[in-house]
Amino acid sequence: MSDPTATPTGRTALLDVAKVQKTYTGQGRTVEAVRDLTFSVGNGELVCIVGPSGAGKTTLLKVIAGLLEPTSGTVTLDGTQVTGPPPSMAVVFQEYGRSLFPWMTVEQNVELPLKQKKMAKERRAELVRDALEAVGLAEAHSAYPWQLSGGMQQRVAIARAVAYQPQVLLMDEPFAAVDAQTRADLEDLIRSLWHKLGVTILFVTHDIDESVYLGERVLVLSSSPTVIMEDLTIDLPDERNQLDTRSSPRFAELRHHVYEQIQLAKHRRGGEPAPAGATGASAATTPA
Amino acid sequence: MQTVLRWGRSLFVALALPVVLVTLWWVLSAGSTNYYSPPLQTILTTFGEVWFGPRLVDDVLPSVTRLVIGYAGAVVLGVGLGILLGANRTLRRLTEPVLEFFRAIPPPALIPILFLFAGIGDTAKIIVIVFGAIWPVLLNTVEGVRAVDEVLSDTSRSYGVSGWARMRHLVLPSASPQIIAGMRQALSISIILMVISELFGSFNGLGFAIIQFQRSFAIPEMWSGILLLGILGFVMSLLFALFERRSLRWYHGLRRSQRGEK
Repeated sequence: MSDPTATPTGRTALLDVAKVQKTYTGQGRTVEAVRDLTFSVGNGELVCIVGPSGAGKTTLLKVIAGLLEPTSGTVTLDGTQVTGPPPSMAVVFQEYGRSLFPWMTVEQNVELPLKQKKMAKERRAELVRDALEAVGLAEAHSAYPWQLSGGMQQRVAIARAVAYQPQVLLMDEPFAAVDAQTRADLEDLIRSLWHKLGVTILFVTHDIDESVYLGERVLVLSSSPTVIMEDLTIDLPDERNQLDTRSSPRFAELRHHVYEQIQLAKHRRGGEPAPAGATGASAATTPA
Repeated sequence: MQTVLRWGRSLFVALALPVVLVTLWWVLSAGSTNYYSPPLQTILTTFGEVWFGPRLVDDVLPSVTRLVIGYAGAVVLGVGLGILLGANRTLRRLTEPVLEFFRAIPPPALIPILFLFAGIGDTAKIIVIVFGAIWPVLLNTVEGVRAVDEVLSDTSRSYGVSGWARMRHLVLPSASPQIIAGMRQALSISIILMVISELFGSFNGLGFAIIQFQRSFAIPEMWSGILLLGILGFVMSLLFALFERRSLRWYHGLRRSQRGEK
């Protein structure tokens, strides 16, 4: 850990979030959504961010995606400061029903961002085909999103992100609105895509099990105004599956630990000092 | 067989009332000696004589041309201005009172003034149509553009869909259900204004022909002109329905799936 740019799993940092703070001001009152967030995501890493509801997770993700300007602090991607949506980043939103263009077919939805990249037609077709195949939707290319089930729609959104060939894939509670079985399938899809593509994934969720099952690292957020309570390395084997991994003792331990942290987080806001015994907490303790 | 039956049924439902009404008109007017309401048979005979002759080019064509140009102008200007105002809050607030004022003026009231400035030719008549028909298009476009979904907008931004591509792939399609609803209203307004603008100071056109027939007591001819206007309006709305069904297929499908239908 002598290299200051390395992440806890020992990878070189690709995405750097430094002292990010976001305060919303409007109509006579200000709300500090995110107080002070500092962390790095290594190249090729799969990091989950978990926090209690209302922890400013979506705010954080939008800041990282360049969709929202932080009040202070910086986000740096591959050495360049993020000031708008970077071309090497793709986002998958929670509301699949509102993130796919209902007037376009599945294929057109996946292709549109590639057109913006001024890519040749043949190359576009190839990427679209490969991406749809990778998410198991090769047959559905000419359907409209609203003709598909929720899980399939989210697969289309994932395919669109994959075809975009991003360095970093941001996912904002992507499976919160699908049923449990579909969710398990989609989690495995994410793990396998991550292995296959070597892409860096930052996955925001409120589901503790999901964060432990998916991540190499789990960042636990406090309640709003948000700080990072813990940066936990998930030392589960790389090959994971829903049955064995979830029933392993280590999974239970990690899950238990994160659950405890979240319970603490619910009662603790960013300004308060960390309780004794909190492991590896990097919470800022600047007085309010 | 099932589909044939269903088709037959819906055709019957669609045609039943018109057939009854025409038959009633035919029967009730058959022996009419009233000068002002001649038998339908006479009107129909006159219809062929009047409209399938030189009047097709001299009156129908100029009317339809003005209608098409005026309507198209209203749609293009309405959508263009609507996008501008919908996307720009300051501009919208600045122009709102003025637009409300102009919208409140009944377009036919403008005819005398317009004729002073633009003469009694096609230009003035087209301006009248544009001025009356632009409002539903403009206001609906403003609303449609403002209502672009936030998540879709974020999605577009994060994938670099900006500028003209954003307009073409996001804003316009997303506003299209509202825009098309406005266009439907504008179409009927256009037809009304086409006729009204021809009632005063005109050399040709359907409205001109009808008023001329009335003044020269050519009553069956006058009736046949009104009939033709009805048919014209009907055909226009039929064409519009086809256009709407094609361009909003996604929207109706989406709505059906949201209601849980297949």
